[in-house]
Amino acid sequence: MKTLLEVTNLQTSFFTHLGEIQAVRGASFKLEEGKVLGIVGESGSGKSVTSLSIMGLIQDPGEIKEGSSINFRGTELTKLNAKQMMEIRGNEISMIFQDPMTSLNPVYSIENQMVEVIRRHQMLNKAEARDRAIEMLRLVGIPEPEQRIKGFPHEFSGGMRQRVMIATALSCNPKLLIADEPTTALDVTIQAQILELMKDLKNKINTSIIIITHDLGVIAEVCDQIVVMYGGTIMESGTEKDIFYRPQNPYTVGLHHSVPNPNAENKERLIPIPGSPPDLLHPPKGCPFASRCPHTMEVCLEERPPTFKLSETQTSACWLHHKDAPKVDNYERAEEIIE
Amino acid sequence: MSDKKTLLEVKDLKKYFTMKGGLLQRQKSYLKAVDGLNFEIKQGETFGLVGESGCGKSTTGRTVLRLYEPTGGSIMFDGKDLAPMSPKELKPYRKRIQMIFQDPYASLNGRMTVNDIIGEGITVHQIFEGKEKQDRIYDLLQQVGLKKDHANRYPHEFSGGQRQRIGIARALAVEPELIVCDEPISALDVSIQAQVVNMLEDLQDKLGLTYLFIAHDLSMVKHISDRIGVMYLGKLVEVAESNELYKNPLHPYTKALLSSIPIPDPDVTRANQRIIPEGELTSPIDPPPGCRFASRCPLKTERCAKETPELREMAPGHFAACHNI
Repeated sequence: MKTLLEVTNLQTSFFTHLGEIQAVRGASFKLEEGKVLGIVGESGSGKSVTSLSIMGLIQDPGEIKEGSSINFRGTELTKLNAKQMMEIRGNEISMIFQDPMTSLNPVYSIENQMVEVIRRHQMLNKAEARDRAIEMLRLVGIPEPEQRIKGFPHEFSGGMRQRVMIATALSCNPKLLIADEPTTALDVTIQAQILELMKDLKNKINTSIIIITHDLGVIAEVCDQIVVMYGGTIMESGTEKDIFYRPQNPYTVGLHHSVPNPNAENKERLIPIPGSPPDLLHPPKGCPFASRCPHTMEVCLEERPPTFKLSETQTSACWLHHKDAPKVDNYERAEEIIE
Repeated sequence: MSDKKTLLEVKDLKKYFTMKGGLLQRQKSYLKAVDGLNFEIKQGETFGLVGESGCGKSTTGRTVLRLYEPTGGSIMFDGKDLAPMSPKELKPYRKRIQMIFQDPYASLNGRMTVNDIIGEGITVHQIFEGKEKQDRIYDLLQQVGLKKDHANRYPHEFSGGQRQRIGIARALAVEPELIVCDEPISALDVSIQAQVVNMLEDLQDKLGLTYLFIAHDLSMVKHISDRIGVMYLGKLVEVAESNELYKNPLHPYTKALLSSIPIPDPDVTRANQRIIPEGELTSPIDPPPGCRFASRCPLKTERCAKETPELREMAPGHFAACHNI
């Protein structure tokens, strides 16, 4: 497997009048070609800022800090200037956003918006670009694309607009598609349609996908690799089997207990995570989850846990994996520390 | 459950919004947000109302409280019909039915302290005054897991989950019997949702509350509700006990809706054979006669386009509105 994207020690901060908000505080992960990576986390966990950093869309007062590295197919994206980044953005890496109502321009037709993107990056004339756009609309399941392409965004429903966004994003055959909460604004039956579409596209075209979401159900549905973020850091990463059947980080375990299983026969009481997420203006010195964790030790409050390698596929940042930590059921010890 | 008394009975409830159009705004059409709804809620029960956006579930909740004037039908609360009451007659009932709103950022007045927000209802309904009122507010804050010294702060100083707790304390302040919860958790983070759901369950046990729980998150609705009604374009298509509904859905729309839920378990959810309804919701503006789901329904027959199906009891306590089951 070839590595498509490697993010190492990503640190993104926003310098506001209140002080430095450390939205991402050292995130490292890899994405292999043809895979679907899920980044799951709650609001304020840094998952969207991570994706915006990859896209080079962090603007003043935000800043990707020294020592961060985003390596995309051998190119260091953090070193590129604005013009070089424009060649990659929309062409090799493209992105779809949460709200399909606001991410299309209401005063231009779908044709106009799609042709603009295609012609910006590919040497095609108007007619060719239009054919390409129609082909993409057909691929994402829009009926009668030759007619519909003339329409304006308000003539499309939410699900259809998200399909248009996906078609536009894929029109230049990107190597990587970043989908930031692609189904959150949609109804559940429409969400199912879009997820089926993404699964279908994953098999049809050779594009790697990063899906950012807070919904564990969406992650379970489509992802091969999963990164769990909290308080600007990566708590755990692994395959979908690791994260759902062998979670090793107390935060991941807590997240699983907070959602009801719709297949459960009897009413089980939910086990919520007490407290609330950390304030990234004054991030805690130790583990960001320490104040809400059922297994907090002294060291958790003092020092950030390193990332322990638990298996070939799974890593977790928690002091419980340390060889000197007290034994807690279901949590493994690990020898190897990454970083 | 069946021997308990019925607290709320909604009969043929209708709420139409008038849409004007055409030259000189003379053409009238009707958006039938709620169109002939029948359900009842027993004392101490949680009745869940689910459906997709635009199906009229929130309008139903608001019409039950008479925040919207019903176009037709009756709202029997504890044996009295609320629909034709004058504001003065209604006032004692306002105290007995309260509401929790979806967005904790928009439903609290930013210029009022928590103390004023919670105390307003107590003053309006003349329940307590002076020190008694203050003690009641402290007591309420404690019941929803906040501290006494939070009383003098303003809403912007709280997180989303804490604001929702304030909203709940405000609803509880006047000792209501029925609380309409309109998507009370959908604006909250996953880990906070469970906190609020558990609290609503505890309060129900302790205070004997009855909930009308409106949401689009089907797994949460199943978790909290005793019975569930599924709405589609202003009509109930199926009503059943929550386990029964999930195990044995009858209406084709319910089946589609349930199979659309992504389950947080990769093996289960990837093996799941989806029934995805084709197309999109039809417009609720001047809807055609017949079954509203007909345009997307796999079981559609000629009859569906002509006759509107009514809820029928298919199994004890399990109602569905479809000609073909």
